[in-house]
Amino acid sequence: MKDFIIPDRDFGTPAAKSKQMVTLNIDGFDITVPEGTSIMRAAAEIGISVPKLCATDSVDAFGSCRLCLVEIEGRNGTPASCTTPVAPGIKVHTQTGKLKQLRRGVMELYISDHPLDCLTCSANGDCELQDMAGAVGLRDVRYEAIDTHFRAKDTSGIANPNYIPRDDSNPYFSYDPQKCIVCSRCVRACEEVQGTFALTIEGRGFDSRVSFGMKSDNALASDCVSCGACVQACPTATLQEKSVIDIGTPDRSIITTCAYCGVGCSFKAEMRGDELVRMTPYKHGKANRGHSCVKGRFAYGYASHQDRILKPMIRDSINDPWQEVSWDEAMTFAANRMKGLIEKHGKKSVGVITSSRCTNEETYLVQKLTRAVFQNNNTDTCARVCHSPTGYGLGQTYGTSAGTQDFDSVEEADVIMVIGANPHSGHPVFASRMKKRLRKGAKLIVVDPRRTESVEGPHYKAAHHLALTPGTNVAVVSALAHVIVTEKLYDEAFIRERCDWDEFQDYADFISHPQHSPEALQLVTGVPAEEIRGAARLYATGGNAAIYYGLGVTEHSQGSTTVIGIANLAMLTGNIGRRGVGVNPLRGQNNVQGSCDMGSFPHELPGYRHVKGPEVRAIFEKAWGVQIDPEPGLRIPNMLDAAVEGTFKGLYCQGEDILQSDPDTKHVAAGLAAMECVIVHDLFLNETANYAHVFFPGSSFLEKDGTFTNAERRINMVRKVMAPKQGYADWEVTQMFAKAMGADWNYTHPSQIMEEIAMTTPSFAGVTYEKIETMGSVQWPCNDKAPEGTPLMHVDGFVRGKGRFINTEYVATDEKTGPRFPLLLTTGRILSQYNVGAQTRRTPNVAWHDQDVLEIHPHDAENRGIKEGSWVRLASRSGETTLRATITDKVNPGVVYTTFHHPDTQANVITTDFSDWATNCPEYKVTAVQVAPSNGPSEWQQEYNAQATLSRRIAAAE
Amino acid sequence: MSHDAPHAKLIYMANQIAKFMESKPHDQGLEGLASHINDFWEPRMRRHLFEVLDAGGNGLRPLVVEAATKIRRPAEAA
Repeated sequence: MKDFIIPDRDFGTPAAKSKQMVTLNIDGFDITVPEGTSIMRAAAEIGISVPKLCATDSVDAFGSCRLCLVEIEGRNGTPASCTTPVAPGIKVHTQTGKLKQLRRGVMELYISDHPLDCLTCSANGDCELQDMAGAVGLRDVRYEAIDTHFRAKDTSGIANPNYIPRDDSNPYFSYDPQKCIVCSRCVRACEEVQGTFALTIEGRGFDSRVSFGMKSDNALASDCVSCGACVQACPTATLQEKSVIDIGTPDRSIITTCAYCGVGCSFKAEMRGDELVRMTPYKHGKANRGHSCVKGRFAYGYASHQDRILKPMIRDSINDPWQEVSWDEAMTFAANRMKGLIEKHGKKSVGVITSSRCTNEETYLVQKLTRAVFQNNNTDTCARVCHSPTGYGLGQTYGTSAGTQDFDSVEEADVIMVIGANPHSGHPVFASRMKKRLRKGAKLIVVDPRRTESVEGPHYKAAHHLALTPGTNVAVVSALAHVIVTEKLYDEAFIRERCDWDEFQDYADFISHPQHSPEALQLVTGVPAEEIRGAARLYATGGNAAIYYGLGVTEHSQGSTTVIGIANLAMLTGNIGRRGVGVNPLRGQNNVQGSCDMGSFPHELPGYRHVKGPEVRAIFEKAWGVQIDPEPGLRIPNMLDAAVEGTFKGLYCQGEDILQSDPDTKHVAAGLAAMECVIVHDLFLNETANYAHVFFPGSSFLEKDGTFTNAERRINMVRKVMAPKQGYADWEVTQMFAKAMGADWNYTHPSQIMEEIAMTTPSFAGVTYEKIETMGSVQWPCNDKAPEGTPLMHVDGFVRGKGRFINTEYVATDEKTGPRFPLLLTTGRILSQYNVGAQTRRTPNVAWHDQDVLEIHPHDAENRGIKEGSWVRLASRSGETTLRATITDKVNPGVVYTTFHHPDTQANVITTDFSDWATNCPEYKVTAVQVAPSNGPSEWQQEYNAQATLSRRIAAAE
Repeated sequence: MSHDAPHAKLIYMANQIAKFMESKPHDQGLEGLASHINDFWEPRMRRHLFEVLDAGGNGLRPLVVEAATKIRRPAEAA
């Protein structure tokens, strides 16, 4: 769609990257552009818009519409300006008598097979066909079309075989073939931008039609992943958001940041009044470069879902129904309870959980609440259950807890190793950028027990898929390092210069031991030794090699050890400190990086500085006027243990749902039930709220100002596009609560909170809202040394000085299979759903995934008499649940897999409380289970649902 | 895993750390184990650990027992 709201011009063809410059003359003006630029783009740069239909700058030029013709002095004919590159000294004319006549003729033909219902068309005012008819001065259509694609019936009432009715199967957009001009922008966007190849042009000549795969497919049944790239590219009403069909065109737009995964895409929230009409990916967003996925582009309906709670609520006991009260009453009630607990049980008996879905400013305030107001360090965040091992592992080896690259870096990678991540589903916009690089020839190595969508897809296939047994990551990573060291594939110059040479020699001795060889570990890992050797050689010698990893690395008993092993691999091969390489954690939630940066962990203050350091405490003691406790506080599992013990009594939990997201649901429930004041601050009555005494309604990302920090350390602006539906942004709610607890906080805008962060935290010292406004975004560290931020880390040296090799001994997890539990369960995500599903389940995304299912290998299913779609009982040493099975060879025999997006499934009833040795990140990815046919929901599921229903009652207003 | 025995979970966690530290040279591992517990275990957990250590360290790996003198004893009051 054209951008009619703010000037965000379409240059027609992508920018050329050449450093060689070329000067030419267009319509009498000289212009200098990079070699390889199209004439169309060069003209656009001096403000001359050559009429066009099939060209748009998100995809390569195609040259099919014949509207963008130009004349070049000394050359024959009228070449298409989109496919003709600039040449030195040429003189181009874009508007001549001949061109005008040709263009009008072309438009006349287009319009002769297009319905003229512009006034009632959903693209009215936002249609490039309409604009071009105007631009070329089309005044008359001389042809009377006999055969058309847009009339349902001919004049005698016989059905028109060329007429295809509108396809409304996708919940978010329609495909209306009668409006189609077959410019193939959608097909090319699906190929080039998204990389799914769901769309094609079938037929030839007059019969050419855009088609979702096979003729029998509709949009929903096809391979389409609903990323919206085709809708974005369509110049007419053919592919149109249903929200625009319903509401009309937007009248203004505000740039903001997506609140789903850690890619952190920039979007334009397009508004009419205070109604959100649509979200469109922002072309200049540096994380997404104009692309989007089904979640960010379309799944924002949860923000106005009827389940959203808009009034504060309180209750004496979790067995009572909720009472709606005023904000004042809620604050007084909550503060009195908390103060009572502190008085009776001491100041360490309460704590907070910060949110990785809220802004940096909000997270900062919540940890400040516990440190400065409650005066303890009892703060934790959901990163505990996802990327805490990344913090530990990268901190130990490199000196800082963050990914080393920006996402643009993948464009220069020659070898991409994906470990324990499925970007296709979890980080789809990054996956599209990665696949683009793979289609250009980069090699792929995937380490994953499952044959995920990231292993193989249209025009890419992993050179090595190491389908390891769940729980053997350290063995695989060590075996890779063994090959690199023993075959002398390491980069000695890099290691001598950048790492501690003595430590390297210790490490080399350790890893060279035959027990770490792929052959020795083959029995443990289940990966053929030759595959490991091949992958190690490719990684070490294939050029720029980049590692991207996810929760399949961290959520293990040895999560931190694997992160260290990955860091070792990059140091061994010198794949650190330049573009195209690096170690990149793919973060789960939008602001996991930010919430960690902001001091959400109980042992460190903002900027990853341990609370034991007196000089660090002094900074905050001075800023906040309080004493900071030098002892580490309670982590989430400690809070729950302490609650059961009776020493932890009160919790303020913002924007997290620990009852659903944390391991061993029964233990979490027991811990929450033992607390005397649980305050839940959320959009919805989530599962944790079943055990809450106070509910503060939250605001969505559309309703507040602030910043999110994505997986590239990029601080992006979140902008308020509408007033908070429940009255206050979340930072205001936290401030009200702090004031009720006696604090003297008087922030009037989140920018003041960022000023405090910059003042106290060296890596944020140069960050201001003005800078983010001017630069669009900024990557930390941003300070005097790097005033414009830091796209690449460890360029000239590691943050800690010398990179540090650490031995990675493989220790088998104690979660072992045996006769009672012979299968290994591992978990993951699906594209259309997000995390515990609180948001996506409340959107039409359920069209793709309405329940969690268990993937099981045909062999294991056959043994157990399990059929496709039948109910199965999934039992572990911790508990059991039921769900439906699907039979697939994506998993190996002996391995089963499920997602955790639906609370009914209660997948975490199954998971055990084994956890990472260093950080207590739970071992979600390995659970020994048994699977058996079943008739329906387990007793626990029924009991749980009964309790949840009872707990969610809201008393009728009197 | 079963946590029926007192502090079984804590003993398990301390031993997990020990297993990682045991692959380092002995002195580094000893130092590493103690500072890991000092840095990440809140006083309540350390108090429980000392209850086990003071009772003879039953169930703890030798490295944990050896590191006891380097682990910070929490202040008595909660």
